[in-house]
Amino acid sequence: MTRQSFDAIVIGGGLVGAAIAYGLQRQGLATLLLDEGDIAFRASRGNFGLVWVQSKGLGAPHYQRWTRGSAQEWPKLAAELKERTGIGTGLQQPGGVHLCLSEEEFEKRTEYMARLQREAGNFGLEYRMIRGAEARDMLPGLGPQVVGLSWTPYDGHASPLYLLRALHSGFTEAGGTYQPNARVENSSAAPNDFSVEAAGQRFRAPRVVLAAGLGNADLAPRFGLEAPVRPERGQILVTERTRTVLPMPTTTIRQTEEGSLMLGDSKEDAGFDLGQSPEVMRKIARRAVLSFPWIAELNLVRAWSALRVMAPDGLPIYDQSERFPGAFTANCHSGVTLAGTHANRLAPMIAAGALEPEMAPFSARRFDVRSAA
Amino acid sequence: MFVQRPDIRPATVEVLVDGAPVLVPEGASAAAAVLLAGLSAIRETPVTGAPRLPYCMMGVCFDCLAEIDGVANRQSCMVTVRPGMRIRPQHGAREAYRPEDAA
Repeated sequence: MTRQSFDAIVIGGGLVGAAIAYGLQRQGLATLLLDEGDIAFRASRGNFGLVWVQSKGLGAPHYQRWTRGSAQEWPKLAAELKERTGIGTGLQQPGGVHLCLSEEEFEKRTEYMARLQREAGNFGLEYRMIRGAEARDMLPGLGPQVVGLSWTPYDGHASPLYLLRALHSGFTEAGGTYQPNARVENSSAAPNDFSVEAAGQRFRAPRVVLAAGLGNADLAPRFGLEAPVRPERGQILVTERTRTVLPMPTTTIRQTEEGSLMLGDSKEDAGFDLGQSPEVMRKIARRAVLSFPWIAELNLVRAWSALRVMAPDGLPIYDQSERFPGAFTANCHSGVTLAGTHANRLAPMIAAGALEPEMAPFSARRFDVRSAA
Repeated sequence: MFVQRPDIRPATVEVLVDGAPVLVPEGASAAAAVLLAGLSAIRETPVTGAPRLPYCMMGVCFDCLAEIDGVANRQSCMVTVRPGMRIRPQHGAREAYRPEDAA
C-alpha cells in the first residue's frame, strides 16, 4: 500500500506539475504526484517545444523577467536531468527569430520589440531587427516574401516529450511517489492541512499544489483559490525528418533534434474540442511555405491539436491561498519554456511555505473587479 | 530470397533498383521490385542508421522509403512501377534544402 502522508501533494502530472514536483522532491520534501490518466487533456503532449522569450510579456514586465529567468535556468535543469536520469531533453538555445512577411508586419514587430525593451528597464533586452540580405544569410532558403525578422539571443527549443519523461523519471528516482490514474475525487482543506482522495485512497499533506491545467478551474475554489482558465486550441503540423537545415527556431517553425520540422502557432476558441480543421491547417502550411518555400516539397507525417491553458489576460497565474495557507496554484500555457523557473525557483518558494513578493502580480486577484476599479 | 509465384502476371516491366535492372509485373509496387532486387537494405533510418527493407507493404510502416525518380522519401510500397523507373536507396534523412537550389 502506498504511504498516505506526505510533505507536499502536487495535483497534475503534466509539464507544470512534474517540474514543480521534481523541484520539491529535490528540495527534500516527500512529494506525491497525482496524475489523472489518459482521459486528461494533456496540453504537455501537444506542446510545440519552444523555450521562448521574445514574444512574452508585453505590458507585463514581471512575466518577461520570469520567462527570461526560465530560459536562464534551463541549461542547469537540462544538465541535471541528463545526469540524474540519462534522458536528454534536446535543449538548444541558439537564439531565435520571428519572421515578418510584410512591411506592415515588420513595422509592427519593430514597435513591439522596442516597447518590450522599454518595459524591461534596467533588466535590459538584447534584440535586433534584421532586414533582407542579412536575414537571408542567417536562415537558409528564406522566401522572397520575408521582409525581415526580429532576433534575440535568449530563444531556443527542446523536446516536450523527453522533458516530461525526464521530469517524471527524475522525480521518482529522487524518491517521489507517482500515482497514475488518480483523478481527484474529494478533498478537504484547512490551513497547512490538506486531504485529497484519489485512486481509491486518501492522502494528506501540509502543502498542496494545483497544477492540473484546465482542471484547475474546478479544483481551485475547493482550496480557497481562483483559477479562471479556459482552453485555447492550437494545431501543429509535422513533416518527415530531414537533415538539419534550420540553425535556429522561429516563432512558428522549428526543426527537432531528430530532424522533423514542426509548424504551428494557431490560436482558436474551440471549447474542449481536440479536433483539427482544414482551414487552420492550410493557414499554418501557407505561412510555413511563404517563410521557407522548400517546405512545400516535404511530406507531412503527423498533425494534432492541443488545448492551451489560458487565463483571461493570457498570462500565467501563480497564487497562494490566504484562507488555507499551504495551498498553491500554477497555471500557464508555456510548460516547456517555464520548466526552468518552475523546478528551480517556484518549487523552492512552495517548499519554504510562501511565494516571494515578485510573484504578487501573477495572483488571480488581478481579475478581481474591485481591485481593478 | 523472394521468388515470384509462377502463375501470376508475367514480369514485363523493367525498372532500375539502385542501378540494376529488375523485371516486375505490370501493376506491381516499387517495393516489390526492391524485394526482388535482393538488396540488403533500401534505406537507413535518419537517427540511428539502422538498415530497413519493405515490411508492411500497405503504406503503414515507412520502412520502404526510397528515392524514386529523384524524389526523396517515397513510400515505395504505395508507388506503382512504370517502365524505366529509377528506385534508389534512401540514405538517412532527406535533404530539405540545398543552397545551390536557390534561384
